[in-house]
Amino acid sequence: MSIDWQAFWLTAQLAFVVSAVLLILGLPLAYWIAFSRWRWKFLVEAVVALPIVLPPTVLGFYVLVALGSRSLLGRWWIACTGHTLAFTFKGLVIGSILYSLPFAVQPFAASFAAIDRRLIAASATLGTSPWATFFRVIVPLSVPGLITGVVLTFAHTMGEFGVVLMVGGNIPGVTRTVSIDIYDRVQASDYAGAHETALLLLIFCFVVLAVVYGLNRRPRSLGPAT
Amino acid sequence: MKPPLTVQLRKRLGRTRNSFSLDLEFHAAPGITILFGPSGAGKTSVLDCNAGLLTPDSGRIAIGEHVLFDASKGINLATPRRQVGYVFQDLALFPHLSVLENVEYGLSHLLRRQRRERSSGILDAFRVTGLGSRKISEVSGGERQRVALARTLVTDPAVLLLDEPLTALDASTKSKIISDLRSWNAAHGIPILYVTHSREEVFALGERVVALDRGRIVAQGTPHEVLDAPQQETIAQLAGFENIFDASVESTNADRGTMTCKLHQEKVGSSVLLETPLVRAEVGAKLRVGIYAGDILLATVLPIGLSARNVIAGNIVSLEQRDVIVSARVNCGVEMEVHLTLAARDALELVPGKQVWLVIKTHSCRLMQK
Repeated sequence: MSIDWQAFWLTAQLAFVVSAVLLILGLPLAYWIAFSRWRWKFLVEAVVALPIVLPPTVLGFYVLVALGSRSLLGRWWIACTGHTLAFTFKGLVIGSILYSLPFAVQPFAASFAAIDRRLIAASATLGTSPWATFFRVIVPLSVPGLITGVVLTFAHTMGEFGVVLMVGGNIPGVTRTVSIDIYDRVQASDYAGAHETALLLLIFCFVVLAVVYGLNRRPRSLGPAT
Repeated sequence: MKPPLTVQLRKRLGRTRNSFSLDLEFHAAPGITILFGPSGAGKTSVLDCNAGLLTPDSGRIAIGEHVLFDASKGINLATPRRQVGYVFQDLALFPHLSVLENVEYGLSHLLRRQRRERSSGILDAFRVTGLGSRKISEVSGGERQRVALARTLVTDPAVLLLDEPLTALDASTKSKIISDLRSWNAAHGIPILYVTHSREEVFALGERVVALDRGRIVAQGTPHEVLDAPQQETIAQLAGFENIFDASVESTNADRGTMTCKLHQEKVGSSVLLETPLVRAEVGAKLRVGIYAGDILLATVLPIGLSARNVIAGNIVSLEQRDVIVSARVNCGVEMEVHLTLAARDALELVPGKQVWLVIKTHSCRLMQK
């Protein structure tokens, strides 16, 4: 077997960290998108959705510039840690978080928005704070949406290419992910190796999506049957 | 007895088209106060303002000395701090929790043992004891209403808001739940605001009725005062009069407590005289008269020796069967709708064109201002 397990392991780590961070960051952002009545909210929604349509190279380019030693963030990071964020695993995590943001936030927000507002009002009239209502009513009723968001984020990060190449380069064990490995092999005319790795990724992504659709298909009688 | 609820509020509702303002002031003593009115009158919005789900533009809402909202002092308590129980029209039971978990939802500040004590007491009071572990989707409609009431009342609210909670139920289930609610409140004595548009519910429940139309109070008092002697036409239509006529006062008989009104109907173009109860009105005054189709008797020969003062000859225009009643339209100078049973239609051999006499008691003629 010529599969680069180191690249696989690194990619899985990246996908895991990004999914975890987006679960934590995505919940409050999705809550705000679902419930805010701010009139300019649509602008925020558009920004969140940008990575879906933006070429990864464009996003990667700006992330690279932002992380580089000439930007404010880059200089601050160097001042704190002594080295640059670009071409590191941490830099990769930041780029991937931005790139996968809509894949977490949109399913979260959609499932929050689908909750009957009267359930939230009922919780309040029973003396429950908005914070407790979030964990006792909103989250439990959004479980399928939360699973969808996390799994899509994970799978999307697993297959990421453009942003990784721009921000991380191709450093084995640090920033060399599976999709870059495949690209490398094709460049080197190692079609057999590329095929093995690509097939593995294909199967993985299919299984993940099958799980997501399977979960969402399960009939759940939410809301009062009237 | 607990303190009363006093409500005084203004709130602009709706979008630019079709918008109207809530502008009302009332007082709900412990016991049931009914908010009655057509849909779109603003009844649910009044409840939402009390619960803090909607913020009035101005006014004051208080339970005794406990101020929930006061625009002039900038007080607006958040919903969880208001102690206002609210049972929504669609109940809003939590679908992911069992019956017991729903009932104990508002008791999370208590110890487990205290929670069990409180919840089993209230489940007993509303006769849903055995259902604790069931899911909400597994219990019947009537049981859901009981669970929703139990979930709200177990938190010991200072006021209870009920938004047409029983409309979907059959009459016997409804009256059982109402009697359980009454006996619960006999012990607790809190003000209950009960929203409905059903006339029957008003009579079944009512101690006091506040009638609402387009955001304003149009009448208040006992059910009898508000519904039997409607002063406003919208209420009259609500109260279900099949026959409403323009009328003018012909003569008054103050000593007998009656007066004679002349009914007009543009469609028919003629008129008829009717003896009605006396109201404070000048001869020539324009009024409206409402008569229930079920309050009119129909005879095929001229009846004699009756106490009823109005016996009017007419002809049957049409007969229409609606479920188990027959609706007859009779032209007697104006066209009146009369309801009778299938058996009565057959026994009297009623057919269109047949001559009949309508018998109407004086007090079946309800007068309204025009």
